[in-house]
Amino acid sequence: MALQIFAYILHKDGVIDDTALEMVAAAGKLDPAASLTAIVVGSKTDTVCNSLITSFKEVWKIDNDALSYPNSEVIRGLLTRVIPKGSTVLFALDPFGMDIGPGLSIKLESAYIPDAVGFGGIEGGKLKAVRQEYGGQVSTHVLCDISGGAVITIRAGAFRAAEASGAGGAVVDKTADALTGGLPGGARRFIEIVQAEVGDVDITKSEILVSVGRGIGEQENIEIIKELAKAVGGDVSCSRPIVDAKWLEKSRQVGTSGLTVKPKVYMALGISGSFQHLGGIKGSPFIVAVNKNPKAPIFQVAEIGVIEDLLEFVPMLTKKINEMK
Amino acid sequence: MEILVCVKRVPDTAENEISVNSSGSDIERGDLVYSVNEWDNYAVEEAIQIRDKVGGIVTVVSVGDADSEEVLRREMAMGADKGILLSDDAFAGSDGKGLATILKAEIVKGKYDLVFTGAQADDGAGQIGGMLAAMLDWPYASLVNRIELLDDKKIKIGREIAGGNQEINEIDLPCVLSIQTGINEPRYVGIRGIRKVASVEIPVHGASDLGVNPGSVGKAAAGVSRVDYFVPALGKGAELLEGSIEEKVEKLVELLKSKGGIK
Repeated sequence: MALQIFAYILHKDGVIDDTALEMVAAAGKLDPAASLTAIVVGSKTDTVCNSLITSFKEVWKIDNDALSYPNSEVIRGLLTRVIPKGSTVLFALDPFGMDIGPGLSIKLESAYIPDAVGFGGIEGGKLKAVRQEYGGQVSTHVLCDISGGAVITIRAGAFRAAEASGAGGAVVDKTADALTGGLPGGARRFIEIVQAEVGDVDITKSEILVSVGRGIGEQENIEIIKELAKAVGGDVSCSRPIVDAKWLEKSRQVGTSGLTVKPKVYMALGISGSFQHLGGIKGSPFIVAVNKNPKAPIFQVAEIGVIEDLLEFVPMLTKKINEMK
Repeated sequence: MEILVCVKRVPDTAENEISVNSSGSDIERGDLVYSVNEWDNYAVEEAIQIRDKVGGIVTVVSVGDADSEEVLRREMAMGADKGILLSDDAFAGSDGKGLATILKAEIVKGKYDLVFTGAQADDGAGQIGGMLAAMLDWPYASLVNRIELLDDKKIKIGREIAGGNQEINEIDLPCVLSIQTGINEPRYVGIRGIRKVASVEIPVHGASDLGVNPGSVGKAAAGVSRVDYFVPALGKGAELLEGSIEEKVEKLVELLKSKGGIK
């Protein structure tokens, strides 16, 4: 029997997130015969819904002024009311999907597959999915009993976006059904968004980034990164652990929870290359990775790899560049 | 405040290269160094700081075998007041839902105001907190990177969202929060601290103590299970520079020059 798949659409200020079309592709991989429905929750969502009908046969709209900010506790309650048991529900893996997915799977009494990067078919009611563990150092196939439905979060960028094409769908207003019984999820109330602080250097504009990660070991070693950045005429950026340790400011952090950069050259020094970090690097830069762990995922995406201890390699590199000048 | 922090013993990825074993049935576990999941450490630190501010008790709990006792002891050396090990042959091979079922059974035996988990662990799933909250019908927030106590009924929390921005919410107690790294700076635990708690008794609760039906957890009940491990192939892979370290430096300088990497 074909799956009934729902794709939750992320949108902001009337703009649909890129992951919407990636979910169309993911749904096609899951079950080419599936019936696929987009779900749009928010306030004043008509533009979003109307542009989705080219890619989805059906678009469910839940629209109310009280839903202008996506509070996952509220939306989980709404979705539990309208999504039939046994359905497969897709979310993009982002701070919203991570917030809503696990709890929704409990409420829908279905399975939960977090952070899927691929699908390998369904046999006997069991779906084979591909996941990664240990920060992307190893992958694993998981078998998931989806006979009672599933909630699946999809890693952004893991599925090549489908072309928006003539699905000729229709918008179905589910607002009344979803709000029967009032607004759920009142125990968690959204207050505001605090914008990230702006730093002294805007790394989103840098052409050369000399980026440092956990492999630097100690705070005092950051100095050798600054010296290399100076030698090549670039700016210093970093991965998350450096900011967590408060060795560099948040405004230097590259990644999905930091900034998205698009340099020409990106030097990843002691950075393992988690997908969250790589998600912040756009524009296909020339990536050079220096890491002493040959299994670091960064070597799969870098153009050039150097398997060395950066504490030894970087000062030698800086010296050589300075001698040339 | 009564705070429960769920912690997990995991291979330390800062200390180990993780590789797949020869049959692909598991990762190579021969020489692995284990430690407490990094995210959990931040969760325990946050719990301790809250207790030190307003009083109360911090309990750390783990589902695992006897080896997990060492991570409970480590977190008690940090400052947690109590440890509980949830251990039973029937728990082995549990999936996320199974683990949440076991933890829930322990939680309802107590009177906790706050339950913390790390935002994720070694398998990158980030699922236990959200499942627990839904099972308990408590409110939940993930990726929490700031906590401010308001009164004994509610707290204010910041969540990490895209672009380094922060989403501020008010949330009623009791609640479940998954804690993100960077929320605080976890304190260092020395050998002396660990010795101090070496003889503290850690109760072990099994399925019958918890009133958990052994058939509802463990491998047989797991709806999601791993088939195998393999090495991912994301891209075509980097061209690795060969030779002595001096030769690598020279080659890289040439490459950087040609690609505009030196201004």
